[in-house]
Amino acid sequence: MLAYIVRRLLYAIPILIGVNLLTFALFFVVNTPDDMARMQLGVKRVTPEAIQKWKAERGYDKPLLWNSAAAGSAAVTDTILFSKSVRMFVGDFGRADDGRDIAREITSRMGPSLAIAVPTFVLGLFVAISFALLLVFFRATALDFAGVVLCVALMSISGLFYIIGGQWLVSKVWHLVPISGYGGGLDAGKFLILPVIIGVFGGIGGSTRWYRTIFLEEISRDYVRTARAKGLPERVVLFRHVLRNALIPILTGVVVVIPTLFMGSLLTESFFGIPGLGSYTIDAINAQDFAVVRSMVFIGSVLYIVGLLATDISYTVADPRVRLQ
Amino acid sequence: MSLLAVRDLAIHIPQGDSGRGVGVARPVDGISFDIAAGECYALLGESGCGKSMTALGLMRLLPPGARAASGTVSFAGRELLALPESSMREYRGGQIGMIFQEPATSLNPVLTVGRQIIEALELHSALRGEAARERAMELLAQVGIPDPGRRLDEFPFQLSGGLRQRVMIAIALAGAPKLLIADEPTTALDVTIQAQVLDLLDELRRTQGMALLLITHDLGVVARMADRIGVMYAGQLVEEAPRAAFFARAAHPYSVRLFAALPDAQRRGGALATIPGSVPPADTQHGGCRFVERCGEAREDCRRAPPPWRELGAGQRLRCVLERAPEVSTKVGAGNTATTPVAPPLLDVQDLRVHFPIRRGVLQRQVGAVRAVDGIALSLAPGRTLALVGESGCGKTTAGKALLQLIRPTAGSVLLDGAELTTRSTAELRPLRAKMQMVFQDPFASLNPRLRVGEIIAEGMRALGVGAGDTAPRVAALLQQVGLRPEMAARYPHEFSGGQRQRIAIARALAVKPQLLVCDEPTSALDVSVQAQILNLLSDLQRELGLAYLFITHNIAVVDYLAHQVAVMYLGRIVECGSADEVLRSPRHPYTQALLAAVPRIDGAGREVVKLEGDMPSAANPPAGCHFHPRCPIAGEECKRDYPGETRIGATQVVRCFKAA
Amino acid sequence: MMFQPVILWSDALLFLLILAVIGLAVWARREDNLRAAWSRVLRDPVAMSAATVLAAFVVIGLLDSLHYRVRLEGKAGEPVRYAVELNSALDALLANLRTRPEKTYSAPLATHLYAKETSTDGTQRDFPRLKHGGAHLGENLDVHGADIAKRALFGAAAGALLWFAMHLALRRLKARRCGIQADGAGGAAQAVAWGAVSLTLAPMLVLGGAIVALSGGYHVLGTDKVGQDVLYLTLKSIRTGLLIGTLTTLIMLPLAVLLGILAGYVGGWVDDLIQYLYTTLSSIPGVLLIAAAVLMMQVIIDTHPDWFASSAERADARLLALCLILGMTSWTGVARLLRGETLKLRELEYVQAAQAFGVGRFAIMGRHILPNLMHIVLIALVMDFSGLVLAEAVLSYVGVGVDPSTISFGTMINTARMELAREPMVWWSLAAAFAFMFALVLAANLFADAVRDAFDPRVAK
Repeated sequence: MLAYIVRRLLYAIPILIGVNLLTFALFFVVNTPDDMARMQLGVKRVTPEAIQKWKAERGYDKPLLWNSAAAGSAAVTDTILFSKSVRMFVGDFGRADDGRDIAREITSRMGPSLAIAVPTFVLGLFVAISFALLLVFFRATALDFAGVVLCVALMSISGLFYIIGGQWLVSKVWHLVPISGYGGGLDAGKFLILPVIIGVFGGIGGSTRWYRTIFLEEISRDYVRTARAKGLPERVVLFRHVLRNALIPILTGVVVVIPTLFMGSLLTESFFGIPGLGSYTIDAINAQDFAVVRSMVFIGSVLYIVGLLATDISYTVADPRVRLQ
Repeated sequence: MSLLAVRDLAIHIPQGDSGRGVGVARPVDGISFDIAAGECYALLGESGCGKSMTALGLMRLLPPGARAASGTVSFAGRELLALPESSMREYRGGQIGMIFQEPATSLNPVLTVGRQIIEALELHSALRGEAARERAMELLAQVGIPDPGRRLDEFPFQLSGGLRQRVMIAIALAGAPKLLIADEPTTALDVTIQAQVLDLLDELRRTQGMALLLITHDLGVVARMADRIGVMYAGQLVEEAPRAAFFARAAHPYSVRLFAALPDAQRRGGALATIPGSVPPADTQHGGCRFVERCGEAREDCRRAPPPWRELGAGQRLRCVLERAPEVSTKVGAGNTATTPVAPPLLDVQDLRVHFPIRRGVLQRQVGAVRAVDGIALSLAPGRTLALVGESGCGKTTAGKALLQLIRPTAGSVLLDGAELTTRSTAELRPLRAKMQMVFQDPFASLNPRLRVGEIIAEGMRALGVGAGDTAPRVAALLQQVGLRPEMAARYPHEFSGGQRQRIAIARALAVKPQLLVCDEPTSALDVSVQAQILNLLSDLQRELGLAYLFITHNIAVVDYLAHQVAVMYLGRIVECGSADEVLRSPRHPYTQALLAAVPRIDGAGREVVKLEGDMPSAANPPAGCHFHPRCPIAGEECKRDYPGETRIGATQVVRCFKAA
Repeated sequence: MMFQPVILWSDALLFLLILAVIGLAVWARREDNLRAAWSRVLRDPVAMSAATVLAAFVVIGLLDSLHYRVRLEGKAGEPVRYAVELNSALDALLANLRTRPEKTYSAPLATHLYAKETSTDGTQRDFPRLKHGGAHLGENLDVHGADIAKRALFGAAAGALLWFAMHLALRRLKARRCGIQADGAGGAAQAVAWGAVSLTLAPMLVLGGAIVALSGGYHVLGTDKVGQDVLYLTLKSIRTGLLIGTLTTLIMLPLAVLLGILAGYVGGWVDDLIQYLYTTLSSIPGVLLIAAAVLMMQVIIDTHPDWFASSAERADARLLALCLILGMTSWTGVARLLRGETLKLRELEYVQAAQAFGVGRFAIMGRHILPNLMHIVLIALVMDFSGLVLAEAVLSYVGVGVDPSTISFGTMINTARMELAREPMVWWSLAAAFAFMFALVLAANLFADAVRDAFDPRVAK
């Protein structure tokens, strides 16, 4: 099992290198720094000097891959590839366009992102699984049918609607919580409760339906018939036998997103004015701050790969067939 | 008083989605029978007759949609169908235990064996904690699982198929049931394991005084186990009789034909009796006797009304208007057709090896190999049949595919008509592919569902350029040759039954005019009456076309009927080979002897029994010395050291055993 | 010629898609398996009801894809010139919505603007009258309510009449079909849930009739900040949604199918390479990859203004590029699924039988693997549609969606949400966008479910 995990870890290295090269190609080869400077400065005010200045301020004035002017190892290190892409491996993301250190910004914004994402994730998982179990328990009845119809309807509503509608109803009409903002400590609660509820509500349709399908697939298996032939009540069959087995496919979809919770939710954070990584990303996109977008792409991939690894490890906990072979 | 009394039980499944009109499928349509305490009652019939549905109906475990529409099931005086669900649960597992066909899927894969047994104990007894664990250990020991303490904490995937079925039995026994329902309990198991499990069931029945409802399609199993037999056909019982009477003089035309369709040595060279057509689907509306379409003796009045029950005496009764049981003529063949081969061999295999690497560790280095086929030699003359016999996992299918180069062998030589195959590239092999073809086991997986039958049959001709030009006349001729109608070429595979599909698969192989046909268990997925049709077809084709067959099977009766030569495989090697007569009549290897003795026989006569303990070891880690020695009753010291060499006995028989000399 | 037809790239692709669908339908009629599966869909009332709604959306989208330029008036002898502005058949149909802008916001069916303005003489602030909305009423504003009711009733009645006519036609058609099939075999299998179609058409036509009648004199869904009719905007958004929902999947499918099957069937280093490729791509969070790619594409478009003849072409290019980018980021899931299925199919005996005949690799993949994967491809296609329509709105909100000049649900929501803070609230733009999007996505989801149930062999029938 240890060999298995080590092997998965080793496999992550070429993938990270691939992601790094891909972002490099996307940000520096598809468009040259000159193009970006021209766009950032606006078409009218473009002069070669202005472009040079823009590039020099941001360190984009180096050669892409090979600095023939530099001596020794600096020929490799004093390039855009090395200073902008390779250095991300050691957590050096450079500075954003507004001059702030990206790495510091990211660490300070992680807290608010997690404060939203973790409760949403945990609560959403719990509610959706309970709801799905309920539907499966009453499968092939009117309740099940109505539940599925409700799920499809909830799935068909845009996530933007949940946020806008929720803000309007809860904050504007009922004046229950502030419409947006963020505070530290206990104060955070009143800012967090609405985005969390909306987040749970927005995801419930799709995930309930997915869990229901998994449960139904499990429930038609032979071992369930064996369990019933023992005389077990349906409740025990569902919780002890079906749930345990359904956990395996559920883990595939669920564990992988846990690390990416750090990334925050783009929409929620931006609508509710929460100073997390999601709103940071959106602001960067709107300001066309390529350095920040590039960093977030890289961090996102690292977290995703961590998620894949966590999924593999979680299998060894949930599935004895993986653990013992 | 009987323990279980079933009266007029009918199970209906509404067919909602059939266009207009709502039809109803009746997989079980009014059956009645009794089982006395301690009795073994066998429900016998082909697939689709409603046997399993009956069992599930008794337990009230019917699949969604199906329901018991009428009838009563009284168990020890209580009416089960009227019980509320909560009381029914006490009967399930507590009074009536049940085991299923597929031990591989019937156990929960993520719970330990112990957990699954204790769960049943806690439900039906007062045992808890350590006491329950003790009892679970006793149960495992009782069903013959060695080292039960360790097994309790293992998961089902760590057990072999035979052990899993024993665990299933242990679970069923946990509630000390008065009746055990066994639904095809040994169909998924090898014959030697089947013999072990049947022995266990029989012993439990005797020691626990437990009644047994055995559901099976296998006449041999019935002969070995049953006190009384009910023959089911299309949702109804058609004959009921005590074992002795049934095997002495089966009366219903269906029962008679089931017997006549069984292959065995006496019928070799002749044709087996077949039952034309197949079991009617469950939503058929019946006017008269349900068997009338397939019955050779049907009269005018058979179509008008369902025949009533008729007593024959001695507990035998049947639903048939015929006064006398029909004589089904099975042309008895010449018996032994073994003539000495004259032609040079068509196929000559020397030292064929197929090893699959086992990779482990961080770098996935090869740490060993599964020796699926480990040095076998075969030789087959034109127009002859060589049967490669062995239990699942012995490497026989891999061997068949390796000699067709579908799996590239690791080492060895395969000469087909003098041409070496193993050294040729894929392109160089192509011209030789027309000489050798394969018929596969599963008729449902061997035909592409998206192609018409005509396209399927023509595929090989087109790929190999056989019979260039218009393929249609040739396809039509082939369809006729395998007993289908030419216009069927325009249809899709899903419109055909299993037997018809297997005919199509044979036509596809014949299309390129092969000399050698590798048949990989071609009848094991088919019912016995359909099996007879296919076996007849194969022997007709051999006579007409002079085909050579390499027949891969685990079914000894088929081998006995069909094969000229036999090679017995165990763990990647051939342990005994020779003419069918020599190997099957006077087996010299202890494994061959055990294999033959394990086959349940319909005449009830047992040979002197050589019981095998345990399971076949893994081909990744075969035992040192003779691979068979850990299970061999006569193994000596030398057997643990060296693999025995070949010993020639008689004209053709070769054995690899130290003790056979 | 009074006009000059213009075919944008997206128009061409859309019509190509329609042709392909028709071709596939003809082919599917001859294939037993496919016909059986589709007839299950046709029998499903929910699916047919959803399909009716979808068909209405598709018709609007197609009308909006017939583009042309109007010929400008010119003196005889001068070379013929055409307007720069690009119109579509839908624009022509909706001319009276498009060409009657107000000054700024007005509520649905209103006669006055939504905000007070200082009147021309500068003395008092009041709600000014609309230029077009309710203009026919003149000074007689007391009958406003009655006029709305009258028009709505009249329109609804016309719609009902139209429905009745269609209903009768459908019944005639059905009766004739049944008559033919009573002779042939398998008539029962061909039943189509016409009842559901008719039942869905009823509210659609009645509502549609009322809206058409009302829109003659009012802005049924109000007007937005620059006074454009919201109903017009909503109808124009449909084409964008449809394009993103269909073209994206279509762009990614060939790649996903090819790579998925290759990885599964060929195995070895090809498999390793393809797996590496899609693991790498899918490890980048989707939104970020899309954002990065769209930003980069925007730079290209901005730095090459000479590539595009008009702003419409530029917006179209951006739309297609968005589809391409969405496709590039979403093919990995389908490819992985197909690889897994191919691995299973490869072991099936009919594939081995083909190998025993020496049939080549690519022939096996084309003849034996691909046709048995088509149901997965189809299911992926219909299941992805609704997700993509929803994604468009989110991406446009984030600022990496369609060109701001392209009318879409996303751009509508994006411009409207700023006005939520206004007091009193401007709600109708948002409500209209969300309602239409909900109808489209719900219909697509329901239809996709029916298709999946009909084609997925694992779903019990």
